[in-house]
Amino acid sequence: MTYLSDVAALTRKDLRVELRARDTLPAMLLFVLSTLVVFHFALPEGTGESAAYGLLWVAIVFTALLGLARAWVPEHEHGVLDSLVLAPCDRSAIWLGKTLATLVFLLAAQAVALPAFVLFFAPLDATALAGVLLADLGICAVGSLVAALAAAGRARELLLPLLFLPLAIPLVVGGVGAAISPDGGRYLLLLALYDAIFAVLSWASFEYVVTES
Amino acid sequence: MIRATGIEKRFGRRRVLRGVDVELDRAGLLLVTGPNGSGKTTLLRILAGLTAPTRGALEVAVDRGRLGYLAHEPLVYRELTALENLDLFGRLYRVPERRERIGMLLERFGLWDARNERVAAFSRGMQQRLALCRTLLHEPELLVLDEPYAGLDDAGSSLLDRELEELAGSRALVVSSHDPERLGPLASGRLVLA
Amino acid sequence: MGLALLMALFVAPEDADQGVSQRIFYIHVPIALTAYYCFGLGAWKALRLLWRGEERYDLESYVAIHQGTIFGALTLITGSIWAKASWGVWWTWDSNQLVLFLTLFLFYCAYFMLRFSLPEGPRRARSSAVYALFGVALIPVSFLAIRLAEDFIHPTTFTREGPQMTGTMFATFCVAWAAVTLLAYVLYRVELAGKRADRDLRELRELLS
Repeated sequence: MTYLSDVAALTRKDLRVELRARDTLPAMLLFVLSTLVVFHFALPEGTGESAAYGLLWVAIVFTALLGLARAWVPEHEHGVLDSLVLAPCDRSAIWLGKTLATLVFLLAAQAVALPAFVLFFAPLDATALAGVLLADLGICAVGSLVAALAAAGRARELLLPLLFLPLAIPLVVGGVGAAISPDGGRYLLLLALYDAIFAVLSWASFEYVVTES
Repeated sequence: MIRATGIEKRFGRRRVLRGVDVELDRAGLLLVTGPNGSGKTTLLRILAGLTAPTRGALEVAVDRGRLGYLAHEPLVYRELTALENLDLFGRLYRVPERRERIGMLLERFGLWDARNERVAAFSRGMQQRLALCRTLLHEPELLVLDEPYAGLDDAGSSLLDRELEELAGSRALVVSSHDPERLGPLASGRLVLA
Repeated sequence: MGLALLMALFVAPEDADQGVSQRIFYIHVPIALTAYYCFGLGAWKALRLLWRGEERYDLESYVAIHQGTIFGALTLITGSIWAKASWGVWWTWDSNQLVLFLTLFLFYCAYFMLRFSLPEGPRRARSSAVYALFGVALIPVSFLAIRLAEDFIHPTTFTREGPQMTGTMFATFCVAWAAVTLLAYVLYRVELAGKRADRDLRELRELLS
């Protein structure tokens, strides 16, 4: 139970920091809306709805990247990560707290972006929405770990997309498939499988990313 | 408390520490001195378990939750208030009777009136005081303090003098300093890095 | 060891009576398989590093992944030649194998970027190891994803007949496979020895200075 309360405390802290600084969420919202508008002009007349669904996923992945790039910034200002790592709590709680906070930001951005997408482009059915939710889990779980990897290096802003995008390809396949395939269930299964594998892997390996011995 | 032999640390091709031995009992103050770039901070990070030595044997006979580490940076969130920061770390460090302890520390370090201000608005000296609160919050058995006097004014420094004097009797302390005179009388051991 | 490879190369065209395009198959598929187990070996060494904390696994993991990436790039090149010979185009999204290798190639290039952006030391070793582990998890998941993606990216998938291998062709394939594996192993050892010698030399020089 202390594990869960640690995670809750860490997530709450991230939300509070964002509420004060307002660094990430407004940027994500504005970015995803601008992207959708750009897509309107990028899609020639008569390309059909399928292409729009594909572009929606491009928008989602890049918006998530924007959020992830900021994910560990509060920990790197003033070196807070050191004091978190020294705390007697399980290190994976730090990852889980960050994952949940990032998930909240991404969901908030999508709460605006998805209605806008429906309004501008094409409808989304229940399977497509389930696909978005499942992919969000995977994006945040893997993303917050990879962002921690990138944050340790030089040129972290450049490194994060390079590290993250190859890992996001199955998520895009699953998300687009769930939106346009008549048999979306298989894609949801793929997303669920991805989430399970990579969430466990990230949970287990986070400790090694932030410690040296 | 600490027994380290032949500690060596390299960053790539650069060697920062070479053959350093450290020995410290359950109570006492080890003063680490040396010029800039002699590896004081690196040695303290190694003793705190944040950095792994390239070579050498290190034994620290204390759980990670019973260690207090003070760095150059305050290691607190800029966007949170003093109180919120200490509350978060109090939770993570499992401090019993958290509220009372936090209130007592803020009072002692003269931050009570600023408790609801964001750290970003703090001066360097106030940040250092808050960092000291954070370090002492869970009553650690081993304290690793990197330049604890940095940024403190006269009042803050003499406050810290009293604090360290009290702690040195019952806790193990490793303190790095530019100014060995100040801590000289308290030190039970000295380590000079070159 | 090099002789085995040469023999395979000379034997292979003999049996390739199904036209010139078939010939590259003997090189392409063994190279692809070799790349897979180089990546697998890299991840295994990475796991050992995290588990046991022994420094030497870092170099071994890195060298294995380096070899894997070289063979992965060769897979892409030979695959591209094969695509040109069979379908007249240099690149085809129809070949799942090629798409998967493109994904993996990007992934492992990112691995090197990560490695080069971190200073040498335990943190780099651990970060690289974690990322290498993500790589082997990505291989099956990507494979599955790419198979599923065929449905909506190519609604009209054309069927290709599986290669009907005769006995001699299969034997040639096996020889080629063994030869490429051996080559990869030798390269792995050579690079490892080179990197180790490099490191030892550096330490010696520091010791003397």
